[in-house]
Amino acid sequence: MTGLLEAQGISVRYGSLAALDGVDLRIHDGQRHALIGPNGAGKTTLLNVLGGSTRPQRGTVRFDGRDVGRLGPAARARRGINRIHQRPAVFPTLTATENVVVAALPRVIPSRRWRPGGRRHAAQRLAGPLLDQMGLTAVAAVPAGHLAHGQRRQLEIAMALAGRPRLLLLDEPAAGLSAIEVGRLVELLQALPRAVAVLLVEHRLDLVYALSDTVTVLRDGQRLAAGTPDEIRTSPLVRQAYADGVA
Amino acid sequence: MRGEVIRRVRGGIAALVLVGLVVAPWVVDDYTTAILARTLALALVGVSVALLTGVAGMPTLGQTAPYAAGAYACAVVGSRVSDVGVVQLVVAAAAGALLAALTVPLVVHARGVIVLMITLAIGELVVIVLGRWRSVTGGTDGLAGIPAVRPFWGLPALANDQARYLYALVVVATLVGAVLVLLRTRAGLVLRAGRDDETRLRASGHRVALHLSGAHIAAGAIAGAAGSLLVVAQQYISPADFGFDTSALLLLGVVIGGTASVGGALVGAALVIAVRDWLFGVLPGHAPLVLGALFVATVYLLPTGVNRARGRLRPPGAPALQPEQPAAHDQATVAELHR
Repeated sequence: MTGLLEAQGISVRYGSLAALDGVDLRIHDGQRHALIGPNGAGKTTLLNVLGGSTRPQRGTVRFDGRDVGRLGPAARARRGINRIHQRPAVFPTLTATENVVVAALPRVIPSRRWRPGGRRHAAQRLAGPLLDQMGLTAVAAVPAGHLAHGQRRQLEIAMALAGRPRLLLLDEPAAGLSAIEVGRLVELLQALPRAVAVLLVEHRLDLVYALSDTVTVLRDGQRLAAGTPDEIRTSPLVRQAYADGVA
Repeated sequence: MRGEVIRRVRGGIAALVLVGLVVAPWVVDDYTTAILARTLALALVGVSVALLTGVAGMPTLGQTAPYAAGAYACAVVGSRVSDVGVVQLVVAAAAGALLAALTVPLVVHARGVIVLMITLAIGELVVIVLGRWRSVTGGTDGLAGIPAVRPFWGLPALANDQARYLYALVVVATLVGAVLVLLRTRAGLVLRAGRDDETRLRASGHRVALHLSGAHIAAGAIAGAAGSLLVVAQQYISPADFGFDTSALLLLGVVIGGTASVGGALVGAALVIAVRDWLFGVLPGHAPLVLGALFVATVYLLPTGVNRARGRLRPPGAPALQPEQPAAHDQATVAELHR
């Protein structure tokens, strides 16, 4: 079976350090896939490679059957690979609505009959329900720079969804959130459309087990194990890797 | 509610300023009217600087290059082809846009101080070319005796300072209106987003270089059109009109007015040109000192510019821009794994 995203033999070196060494990863349509591992395992580097911001020295990345290895982040986003960053990346002087409109513009389809501002109006129509879904309607007209950290995270998810993604790359989305905000985040991520595949990098294993159906474990830039959350939870190899990584 | 009041107050002030500008030629003498016409041309270049610096996030010291291209194209057309203002305006805007388009590869991939240096170099190169290409530009002597312009076919030529000033005012008002409309469109929104966070904009799938190229060319067209107004106002141009001091004054004016504001750019550019030209007579030799003091005072007292001063008057309790929150520390996972 062909995956939505297939990365094969990905290797990234920074000088003498091998951040990734021949890593393979396959994600299917609608799959909830988590990437875990100790600090320095290469999780964020792999996310950067898949998102297009880091080019690997070796290996191929295919998305929807096409080689996207030479494409940058913008071209990959237009093909449906969107990313949520560890620190919420929003446009601070734009209102929440404008943030979502900007994110929606590259993928929005205006009506067939051309009229001035048609594309923007189409994006605007998309923004309202998305902000509502994220619980941000009350702050729709507030500049994103004035929002609390948790609200910015929700806004960033709305922006990612506005880009009509087929694969969402989540880089530690719970970082810096309070317990209540983490609960809200889990609800939002669980409610994502099944058509959207997710690759989640997260240190909090309770979130990983709550949100994913497949887990890949990295250690020292190599794939250590892959399986269901239950398999990974009970794997002695994985326990050992974490014990070594934290020690 | 408060935003609505501020909008109305600003609208009222803008209307009053516009009325003042319309009646000005009947209130002040011809010399001042001529200075005002020239100031309008430079204020329009200031708008193009604000479009690049404040809206697109590309600080520039090189808008005198398309300004000069527009002015010389207008002067050549005005002397040899047509004295119709609309024709000269279109040719000048096209010349400014063409020069900007040629320099796009040098400018849009650079950032920050590097853009300042590149645009400064482009501006200086253009001044050197103007000084040496004598057959077209008249060299350092410039081009003189350019016929008075007729705004449109069938209309009389603008024979006095009042008429030339009003023509410049109409053109500036029209183009500033067009810029304000542009900023409310999708293009304006995307440019503002790119100024906030270019990497984020790219991650959303936008072609950032394409947007910046469009802004650079549009700003070049505006500066080119302003060049045409300078020709109308002075009927004489020389490379001295487009030197580094003009670039620096324009950037200074835009910073004083507030880089992200078209109205602020107009006010700021007009202010510094007025200070330069009027103080030249009142305090001979001291105008640069006054300008320097004005700049230091503005940066110190109103760091976001005169037009954005209201941001400093935010009531206590109103939300302020949140600083980026530090990423949470990596959290221990062994305990959770063993649960």
